Amino acid sequence: MSTTRSPALGPPPDPVTTTADTARSAAPGVATTGPTSRKTRSGRSPWRFLRRWVSPVVVVALWQLASSTGVLDERTLASPATILQTAWQLAADGVLGSATLTSLQRAALGFAIGATIGVTLAVVAGLWRIGEDAIDPLMQMLRTLPHFGLIPLFILWMGVNETPKLALIAMGVCFPLYLNTVAGIRGIDTRMLEAARSMNLSWGQRLRHVVVPGALPQALVGLRQSLGVAWLSLIVAETIAADNGLGHMINLAREFQQTDTIVVGLAVYSLLGLATDAIVRYLEGRALAWRG
Amino acid sequence: MARLTPTPSADSIEPPVVEVRGHRRSFGDQVVLDGVDLELQPGEFVALLGRSGCGKSPLLRSLARLDPVPAGEVTVRGRSAVAFQEPRLLPWRSAHENVALALLNSPDRVARAARRERARDTLAEVGLGARLDAWPRELSGGQAQRVSLARALVSDPALLLLDEPFSALDALTRMEMHQLVIDLWRRHRMAVLIVTHDVDEALALADRVLVMEHGRIEHRFEITSRRDDRDHTNPEIGRIRTEVLRAVGVEPTPPRTQRAGDPTSTTPGGEGRHRASTGAA
Repeated sequence: MSTTRSPALGPPPDPVTTTADTARSAAPGVATTGPTSRKTRSGRSPWRFLRRWVSPVVVVALWQLASSTGVLDERTLASPATILQTAWQLAADGVLGSATLTSLQRAALGFAIGATIGVTLAVVAGLWRIGEDAIDPLMQMLRTLPHFGLIPLFILWMGVNETPKLALIAMGVCFPLYLNTVAGIRGIDTRMLEAARSMNLSWGQRLRHVVVPGALPQALVGLRQSLGVAWLSLIVAETIAADNGLGHMINLAREFQQTDTIVVGLAVYSLLGLATDAIVRYLEGRALAWRG
Repeated sequence: MARLTPTPSADSIEPPVVEVRGHRRSFGDQVVLDGVDLELQPGEFVALLGRSGCGKSPLLRSLARLDPVPAGEVTVRGRSAVAFQEPRLLPWRSAHENVALALLNSPDRVARAARRERARDTLAEVGLGARLDAWPRELSGGQAQRVSLARALVSDPALLLLDEPFSALDALTRMEMHQLVIDLWRRHRMAVLIVTHDVDEALALADRVLVMEHGRIEHRFEITSRRDDRDHTNPEIGRIRTEVLRAVGVEPTPPRTQRAGDPTSTTPGGEGRHRASTGAA
């Protein structure tokens, strides 16, 4: 069977299943799905659910006990009760809300810039051979650079204002999105594209009905990775220098040895990361229903 | 040079659906089609046989306009549609969406709702009215191939091209699909060109069997028997079968349906099916 070379060309056989596998193995939280799959076997599921909460609760209780008895110094780590109290207070003051909003905006803007660059380059490299030759070698070289290592250069070039922070986030976001989207486009079965041509679908229609949905699973894997990198980059950037946002709040707290505020800031960072991950997982569930 | 259709009576002045004249193609210095001449009348059912590498697939691809073709060598009048060896359904579109996609660029600009309607009707016609919303991964091989047939049929093509569409199916499903194709062909009366390795499949389905060799159509056989009278007891079928097998270079052996007690039916190696593809591509 001869196949025509088509713009979105890749190693042909069976890319759909491979991307599916990658998507699944790359999913964080896979380990936690174990019990759910087992619950159909026996009626123990509520017990299992409770059992899984035992160790976290015990750790927190021990932590509180250590703090209350004075074994754990408040300047080393505040007690869970104090942390909750501080969180409540910071939220009531509006300090926490405004800091979170600032950090969120910063991450969103950096992400938007990086994602636009990454996806645009990926589309050009994925759809046109000449685009691939022009872009891909460069991206493959640049992606090996640890982007946090560029911080000194960024500070030299752009100072310590908002720009280097956005640049750092954008740079971190760009590569996972680029690599995964390119892989997604290249992995599309050329026989599908050929079937689409045999139905007289135009280039734009083939893009819409074959290329985009075909590349989507792998691109979503990239989206998830890049969101993780975005939060990480945000934290690093804000920890180095920031005059607002969660990082600023944490840095101030460090100067006054307020470990409670530091822990609150860290908790918000994790919650933000969890939330975006949940959003992407929801999107995946909606967009990839056909994989079952 | 163009030979006109015979007997220009009032109801047969329709021009041929397919006219191929001295069609040549090569990949690099390898000539795959070396001057093919072929004409298909409206509603004709033709089977194209030959060993692997004889040029059947390139010819089908030329007719399907999947490959670029030198100007003037290939004329296809009206819409053509292809069902491939693998169903090639888009896994991210449901069965009826897959079928409806083939109507996106139909000349009569069908509205979205009408496309759905026609997709449903055609799926019902191939016996899948109950699986309209199924994802392709939920379909069996035979069902997926039915969707693929529906997708080819829905645009009401003048020419249906079948590229070994049943070779990956089990024997029982294949027999069902043969019957389905014949029913659909009787109802729609499009011209059909089926590329196959299977001599018995060609004999069961086609009015005309063409055998290709070295990039040319070297042998042509006409079958006049009714389609419900095409087993090996029919002398015409037996004779053509022998000739076709000789033409593809296989020493004829008795056909797959054996009478009880026939010693050859127990031949090891299952000589029941004749496949012309003994050589590599």
